Amino acid sequence: MKKIGRIWFGLLAPDIVRKMSVTQIVTADTYDEDGLPISSGLMDRKLGTIEPGQRCSTCGNRVGECPGHFGHIELSRPVVHVSFAKLIKKFLKSICRRCARLKLKPELIPVYKEKMDEAMEKTGQIDQDIADAVLKDAGKPSVCPFCEAEQYKVKYEKPTTFYEEKMEGSVRLTPTDIRDRLERIPESDSYLMGIDTRVSRPEWMILVVLPVPPVAVRPSITLESGVKSEDDLTHKLVDIIRINQRLRENIEAGAPQLIVEDLWELLQYHITTYFNNEVSGIPPARHRSGRALRTLAQRLKGKEGRFRSNLSGKRVDFSARTVISPDPNLSINEVGVPLEIAKILTVPERVTEWNIEDMRQLVLRGPKDHPGCNYIIRPDGKRIDLRFVKDRKTNADGLDAGHIIERHLRTGDIVLFNRQPSLHRMSIMAHEVKVMPYRTFRLSLCVCPPYNADFDGDEMNLHVPQGEEARAESRILMLVQEQILSPRYGGPIIGGIQDYISSAYLLTRKGTLFTKAETCQLLASAGFREDLPKPSITKPKPMWTGKQIFSMLLPKGLNLSLKASVCRKCDVCQKEECLYDSFVLIRDGELLAGVIDKKAFGAAQPNSVLHRIVKDYSNSEARRFLDSMCPLLVTLITNSGFSMGIDDVTLAPAAVRRIEDILKEAEENGLKLIQAFRAGELRRTPGLSLEETFENLMMELLSKARDGAGAVAGQELGLDKHAVIMTATGAKGNALNLAQMAACVGQQAVRGKRISRGYRRRTLPHFKSGDLTPQARGFVESSYSKGLDPVEFFFHAMGGREGLVDTAVRTSTSGYMQRRLINALQDIKVEYDETVRNSEGQIIQFRYGEDGVDPARSDHGKAVNLAAIIERVLSQKR
Amino acid sequence: MSSQFVTPEEIEKKLQKQLKTLPPLLIEDLRGELLSRKITNTQLTRIIKEVVKAYHGSLVEPGEAVGAVAAQSIGEPGTQMTLKTFHYAGVTELYVTLGLPRLIEIVDARRNPSTPTMRVYLDEEHRQNEGKVMKLVQQIEQTKVERVSQSVAIDLAEGGIVIELHPELMKDKKVTSEMIQEKLAELKVGDIEGDDERIVIIPGLREGEEVIPMAKLQKVLKKVRDALIKGLAGVKRVIVTKEKGEIFLDTEGTNLRGVLRTKGVDNTRSLSNHIHEIAETLGIEAARSIIILEAEDVLAEQGLDVDIRHIMLVADLMTNTGEIRQIGRHGISGQQSSVLSRAAFEVTVKHLIHASIRGEQDPLLGITENVIVGQQMPLGTGSIDLLMMPPKPPKEK
Repeated sequence: MKKIGRIWFGLLAPDIVRKMSVTQIVTADTYDEDGLPISSGLMDRKLGTIEPGQRCSTCGNRVGECPGHFGHIELSRPVVHVSFAKLIKKFLKSICRRCARLKLKPELIPVYKEKMDEAMEKTGQIDQDIADAVLKDAGKPSVCPFCEAEQYKVKYEKPTTFYEEKMEGSVRLTPTDIRDRLERIPESDSYLMGIDTRVSRPEWMILVVLPVPPVAVRPSITLESGVKSEDDLTHKLVDIIRINQRLRENIEAGAPQLIVEDLWELLQYHITTYFNNEVSGIPPARHRSGRALRTLAQRLKGKEGRFRSNLSGKRVDFSARTVISPDPNLSINEVGVPLEIAKILTVPERVTEWNIEDMRQLVLRGPKDHPGCNYIIRPDGKRIDLRFVKDRKTNADGLDAGHIIERHLRTGDIVLFNRQPSLHRMSIMAHEVKVMPYRTFRLSLCVCPPYNADFDGDEMNLHVPQGEEARAESRILMLVQEQILSPRYGGPIIGGIQDYISSAYLLTRKGTLFTKAETCQLLASAGFREDLPKPSITKPKPMWTGKQIFSMLLPKGLNLSLKASVCRKCDVCQKEECLYDSFVLIRDGELLAGVIDKKAFGAAQPNSVLHRIVKDYSNSEARRFLDSMCPLLVTLITNSGFSMGIDDVTLAPAAVRRIEDILKEAEENGLKLIQAFRAGELRRTPGLSLEETFENLMMELLSKARDGAGAVAGQELGLDKHAVIMTATGAKGNALNLAQMAACVGQQAVRGKRISRGYRRRTLPHFKSGDLTPQARGFVESSYSKGLDPVEFFFHAMGGREGLVDTAVRTSTSGYMQRRLINALQDIKVEYDETVRNSEGQIIQFRYGEDGVDPARSDHGKAVNLAAIIERVLSQKR
Repeated sequence: MSSQFVTPEEIEKKLQKQLKTLPPLLIEDLRGELLSRKITNTQLTRIIKEVVKAYHGSLVEPGEAVGAVAAQSIGEPGTQMTLKTFHYAGVTELYVTLGLPRLIEIVDARRNPSTPTMRVYLDEEHRQNEGKVMKLVQQIEQTKVERVSQSVAIDLAEGGIVIELHPELMKDKKVTSEMIQEKLAELKVGDIEGDDERIVIIPGLREGEEVIPMAKLQKVLKKVRDALIKGLAGVKRVIVTKEKGEIFLDTEGTNLRGVLRTKGVDNTRSLSNHIHEIAETLGIEAARSIIILEAEDVLAEQGLDVDIRHIMLVADLMTNTGEIRQIGRHGISGQQSSVLSRAAFEVTVKHLIHASIRGEQDPLLGITENVIVGQQMPLGTGSIDLLMMPPKPPKEK
């Protein structure tokens, strides 16, 4: 295959523009009355074709094949190219106005030349720093060191005007004058000034001929009403040709200098805006509707520009997008694909003598029945669309080795699945297809964390790799199970979420017992096909504990211990004797003690059960564990039921009273504090003003009150409440959420302070001016279950709004930071000599991360899990 | 029985042999683990063999896109960070920028961070002695004229600037009127006259001036207000903290060079959070370390778990040329050799125009460039070429 080795940038010489051109454009019009392109007009047929069915009159190709051809406009007078104006100024300043030589002291020339040659030899390119130094040096002399002509100051007026400041006053330098000077710069001088003489000449910065891009670049659109609408560039070119024509006629007619200059200026304006319509100093050219035209520079620039939108990011075929929904029965490696999509997306498969029978079946079934086929590609490259074939039998029989058929996506195919924003590599993972009815993509709940997906209307994209190599790489590198460990912290990012954790807790907590029937049902849902172990209770009837059932799904020989989420962090850990059963101990694949909750089974938990399985066994083993565990947990929680209601946050009257007492006390203390503050009895905290001190004390007091109220609620609500199970196990929510629901919502804050903004030194008209009481500054005494009073509700809304604004701002700033990080770091890779280098080969690190360890393969940052290895060796027989 | 177990010397001997294969930190950890247990010789050999094997299994593969992974690993948690700018740093009253704004500040390598601070540790003599510490604080904390006066204002009747001194504050800061007058004289602001309560400054007239122009008075006023009487310039506030029986200082505003020169300061441990300042005073390697430290702290404070290797890579990239380069258009991205890559990032047109006149060449070695031209990129599996000479198919007869 041909490969582009390098791209060399340069200026277009007028001669090349002419040579490149297929026709000179002279008519400032597009189509005639019949709607046919005018010859040597802007839509000349020679410039290529954009209408299907037509042939290009230059190359004879049809729409897809004709690359388009340039035309040209001969300008009646030279014109400055805006983008080079600044450079032209520098050049004019540093060359002699008479002999056009670089005004460098003769003895300096060889010095600079040597330097430049050296840079040239080293990099093959001009060194801008040297050129800048040359231009600076050469700008100084007021007398030419060669011809001794007197030099004048060159003044540049944005965007394209130049003056020479003579004694008698400023004299305008016309583009013709400038071009004349630039033309006479010797090759050796322009080289020192930073021009690569192999591709560019200084005078080419002044335009004498303008290339006209092919029509494919500026297609005209036919509206439904039949009215043709031209592209912005075409509009601009029309202006240019029109003025150019007028200018020529006036010059030829010998019009007065003033008129010629005005027209010349106008031509300059049009050409300037043709290149860049956002040049400062001149009004942008506008469309009839008042919209600024989108000319060349605007087409390239910015997020919607050619570079970022079409070159760095490309549109693809073989992709699909739809809403996602959960399916707990899918493997983490699978994705449910709607039948309708499976019939549109295709995989090319080469017909061989070994698969020809199957392929015939697919062709026979055609595009409408599912495992079918949409296209046949014959070895001669001819593509047969089976939708329009009447008798597929003929095609099926005609199938031969060497044909390629584009068959429907089927169960078992590998596809890439993606959710935006693609913030890390786990945002695109490979899944195995499972074709399913209905119209959503289905995915296992365990893969929600890496995608950061939920099902409140999220949509995801799916891509079908078309090549054998791509499929192999997808399967080996990108499959979900290969991505369980996140390279961010060397721990699993996939794992149980929400109800899986509650359910795991219900399963493994003390006192969970199942009869044989229940045990078998649970294990069946996990696909467990082995013999049951001995029941832990035999009388009156055999019963199995939840821990036993959990253990059955653990791989044999697994050893680990950890502290569960429900751990109360006692001063002295009782280990496996823990009263709350929060010390998880697994020996030889048996859960001996402890409950399984977020720490042991949750997503994004380093050193969890899942992490140990991945590290000590394999990705496949971890997948097997998740795929069997999850359906089991779903069955369990479905059968036992799990929900939260108002009862979960309703407190006994005694507790309510205690909370009221706490809040009352806080209010009294608050009043005392205000009094002390008003009386000036408060002691200032060093470094803070008196107001700040007061506010801090008040905030502290109120947050203590809220915490106190929350603590009462916490004591009251035990693990029998489902809401508490969720917060304690880490399934969802935290103690604060519970406290706010049951006891007291607490202080609402805006910008980290109590709410204090409003007119007349008060937050709401309900209060007196300067009221500093908790109520008047956004303290919400009620709980969510009790309900907020109108004032509280309003303050709550203020705090809530800040949160929303915060998220909105955060996404954009962090997005930009990420873009910059990616752009700066994307070229960096590890080389075969273990060094880390950028694309230029510069060494960034001699050894990656100082120890050469890949975080994704590390054990939570550590290269080796020493404790595990030593334990393993020591437990082996001597 | 005991003779069966290996001695510490034997363990050491075996470990020394692995110096070239294993990283020092791992050896140290291993030593700790081994010495705390009773192990037989065969077990020791087996453990070391297993560790070496595990270490080799955890190494990066050539071609691995470590840069992209690092960028993602730091960028992705950014979305989870709070935007709250200010936070208490520990128990002190010092405000420090944290969270996403601070992280952006670090990768931006800002010349003027929003909350520059120093943590100044003291030498053994001062560490415990509060009295001596207070003296040191006086030396470090900057005292400006404004801080010790009731008012500094233009007095048109006097035709100059009048400073009403605040005797109590002056006593507190151990400043005398003479000291102030001396410092003001050094600034050459004009004729100075004063006593213990009041200082009058009359700026000199320039040629052709009959009265002193107001604009000049304003200028002098600012100069007088900001005049440094004592302490280190830039250190706005010093907070004394005691932790674990050791006294140290936290400052608002930085002047690392000054602090390190101050006697009584432990200049081996004292640090500033100002990256450029560190680079200027302690060198580029120190700057690299501070980038790593600061970024780690920000992420850890937010409870985000990011492997240190990612942060190291970013810090190394920012400093590998010997000067600090920002992540972004004015630093690394702007200095990339590839025209297309720069054009695709920001300020597209400028880069293209520049490339044309200079005749730049893009060798298409990077990622963006190859994506743009539609070629395989030289990264990961794309960085490997497979050369194969397939046997010629037998000719059909």
